[in-house]
Amino acid sequence: MLSLSELWFLLIAVLFVGFFFLEGFDFGVGMSTAMIGKTDRERRTLINSIGPFWDGNEVWLITAGGAMFAAFPHWYATLFSGFYLPLVVVLLALIGRGVAFEFRSKMRHERWRKTWDIIIVVSSALLPFLFGVVFATLMKGLPIDAQMQLRPGFLDIVNPYTVVGGLSVTLLCLVHGLLFASLRTVGDLRERALNMAKRLMLPLAAILAVYAVMTYFMTDVFAVRGWALWIMVILGAASLGLAAYFVRQKREAWAFGMTGAVIAIAFASVFIGLFPRVMVSSMGSAFDLTVYNASSGAYSLKVMTIVACTLLPFVLGYQIWSYYIFRKRLNDQHHLEY
Amino acid sequence: MDPIMLSRIQYALTTIFHFFFVPLSIGLVLLVAIMETLYVVKGKEVYKTMAKFWGKLFLINFAVGVVTGILQEFQFGMNWSEYSRFVGDVFGAPLAVEALLAFFMESTFIGLWIFGWDRLSKKVHLACIWLVFVGTFLSALWILAANSFMQHPVGFEINNGRAEMNDFFALITNGQLLVEFPHTIFGALMTGAFVVTGISAYKLMKKQDVEIFRKSFNIAIIIGLVSSLGVAFSGHFQAQYLVETQPMKMAASEGTWTTTEDPAPWTVVAFIDPDKQENSGEIKIPGLLSYLSYSKFSGSVKGMKELQAEYEQTYGPGDYIPPVRTTFWSFRIMIAAGGLMILLALYGTFLAMRRKLEGAGKWFMRLMVFAISLPFIANTSGWIMTEVGRQPWTVFGYMTTAAGVSPNVSAGQILFSTIAFTAAYTVLGIVMVYLFVREIKAGPYAVEKPEEHDESADPFGVDGGYSVVTK
Repeated sequence: MLSLSELWFLLIAVLFVGFFFLEGFDFGVGMSTAMIGKTDRERRTLINSIGPFWDGNEVWLITAGGAMFAAFPHWYATLFSGFYLPLVVVLLALIGRGVAFEFRSKMRHERWRKTWDIIIVVSSALLPFLFGVVFATLMKGLPIDAQMQLRPGFLDIVNPYTVVGGLSVTLLCLVHGLLFASLRTVGDLRERALNMAKRLMLPLAAILAVYAVMTYFMTDVFAVRGWALWIMVILGAASLGLAAYFVRQKREAWAFGMTGAVIAIAFASVFIGLFPRVMVSSMGSAFDLTVYNASSGAYSLKVMTIVACTLLPFVLGYQIWSYYIFRKRLNDQHHLEY
Repeated sequence: MDPIMLSRIQYALTTIFHFFFVPLSIGLVLLVAIMETLYVVKGKEVYKTMAKFWGKLFLINFAVGVVTGILQEFQFGMNWSEYSRFVGDVFGAPLAVEALLAFFMESTFIGLWIFGWDRLSKKVHLACIWLVFVGTFLSALWILAANSFMQHPVGFEINNGRAEMNDFFALITNGQLLVEFPHTIFGALMTGAFVVTGISAYKLMKKQDVEIFRKSFNIAIIIGLVSSLGVAFSGHFQAQYLVETQPMKMAASEGTWTTTEDPAPWTVVAFIDPDKQENSGEIKIPGLLSYLSYSKFSGSVKGMKELQAEYEQTYGPGDYIPPVRTTFWSFRIMIAAGGLMILLALYGTFLAMRRKLEGAGKWFMRLMVFAISLPFIANTSGWIMTEVGRQPWTVFGYMTTAAGVSPNVSAGQILFSTIAFTAAYTVLGIVMVYLFVREIKAGPYAVEKPEEHDESADPFGVDGGYSVVTK
């Protein structure tokens, strides 16, 4: 039987997996505007393909943050204060990206649109990269002291392992987003999205393989979790193989499902490898933040569990409904909002 | 500059900026929902045009509100990690509930509303905007539940050196919340109402799209009247609650150094000298402070000096007097702005009822345009009074603001982030106001011109010279 704090660890893992699965393709579509959107009309079509969804997808991150704050105050406090500067950049990127979607088409002015488009592309690439870096450091370990304080040096955050982690997530989101774009568009744009995804499959497989190998040598997650992680690696590789196969077959719905599975497996692996720790300390395992020493009291967790279990079905219900409403592909006849 | 001061400055700047947009979102979305309801019920196109026009403004504003809100959530962990450790168990829960209950609802249904005009039936589409309103409303409720805990901590016990929740129900029925929430919500509705009446007055003066803006004015002025009266009454209850729970804040907002005579007079203006702890040049209204505090014309109000002595007994040595001048003047600015809005709403409603709006004097219309600034002044000064008046506490009686900052974050880092956020917010503010003015000038029947020729497109290609309708 799961204890309440273990359950909340699971819930937060689910929220992050949901966030990267959903917002992952938003990031990817954002990046793709620079790669496959040749005209303003095409860039608009791409942005409109995620138009109704991206804001709701971003709430998965806000909820994950709120859940960390409520269920694991020490995790939230150590992580957010320790990663101060990366989070400043994350916030600036989230702010820029959010308003850029809303503002870009408000004026028909070359420079105006170009500026917002650049902000969309840069922030859509920067965010998955930074999240990838952060999750890599969680596994690799950070100098967390006995008071649960974290004062990382530059090299603690930026090193070959974390950079590869960041690039892996970025590329994964890009392919995932290209496939989503190919699902929501027609004709030329769809073809270009599929072709680009096809060409990126090999580099993606390569970098994910490199990252998995580095993880084996640079972190203890394989030692701690052994066979469970090996299963995840095999599942991930299989999903990626299937994604490549479906892209070749031009069956983008299945391919999109498979890249989504790769994302889910990758982030689930991070949490499986971490458990029962939430942050690994490089100054000795005595200083690790764990599910048990970083969590809230039993009463608070119980209340939160009741609230979450009551609300999540509704949230999932209307979010799925909104995807159902906007299931049709965007074509040249559609009125574009963004 | 030390980290504490910088963290305070950053919190003040980002929160004030965020709260320019929040109340306007809540107030505007209600008006848009009402307009669309009229469209669905009466079937007149004009109401749809109204809903779309004000909806456009709402969306620009909403976007800025949302992105600045993300920073608010992150900020507790980044700049106030010790605070987060101490109260996360209690304070985190309402934030998580807010995200689960309100943010998902707002963001999903606003997406459906924006993109669903021709995908959804009229009634379902209307339901979406009402759900967005419900979302904003619930969001306010939960974040204020969290703030109310800071003002008046309830429903917890101190265990393992931190606050741990032991009564969730007490947290959401906190007396502070019961007075704070209506006051803030009325303030938000008032903001939406005065922005709409102000813009409508401007367009009516210009004689542009008279029908639309007369109707908009009429709907908004009624909301404006109800909410401005609601703000005053709920504020009165809030003040009474303040006397009981945070007497020091009350004394500071009145500039009362020593316990007043009975009945207590209300000081209209005064020169306050915090160093000498005395005032000069006071203008007083006899008995009014007693009425504000106790709803009767008797009873004295405790002074800051007495309270300081009491707090030293309870909490140990320290300075428990908040910045008096800031608290005193922000309170008065809020009341002045609020009072002026009540008068304007009364006269505006009178004109609207008598169908004399177009014949109204230029002076009144100009005043209504100027009045766009009033709710923002009132909202901001209200929060300054509430938050500054709570100092030195962040959780009243349990944790000082100074004790809440992150020990592992340097002043340089906070300075950098403050500069970065301020720069980003300045750009955002300018762009947003610019877009607002542009939309207002273009009006609800802005001619939808075809998209300009895209230079990068091949004119002989498939989509050469493709014309699109923009928003």
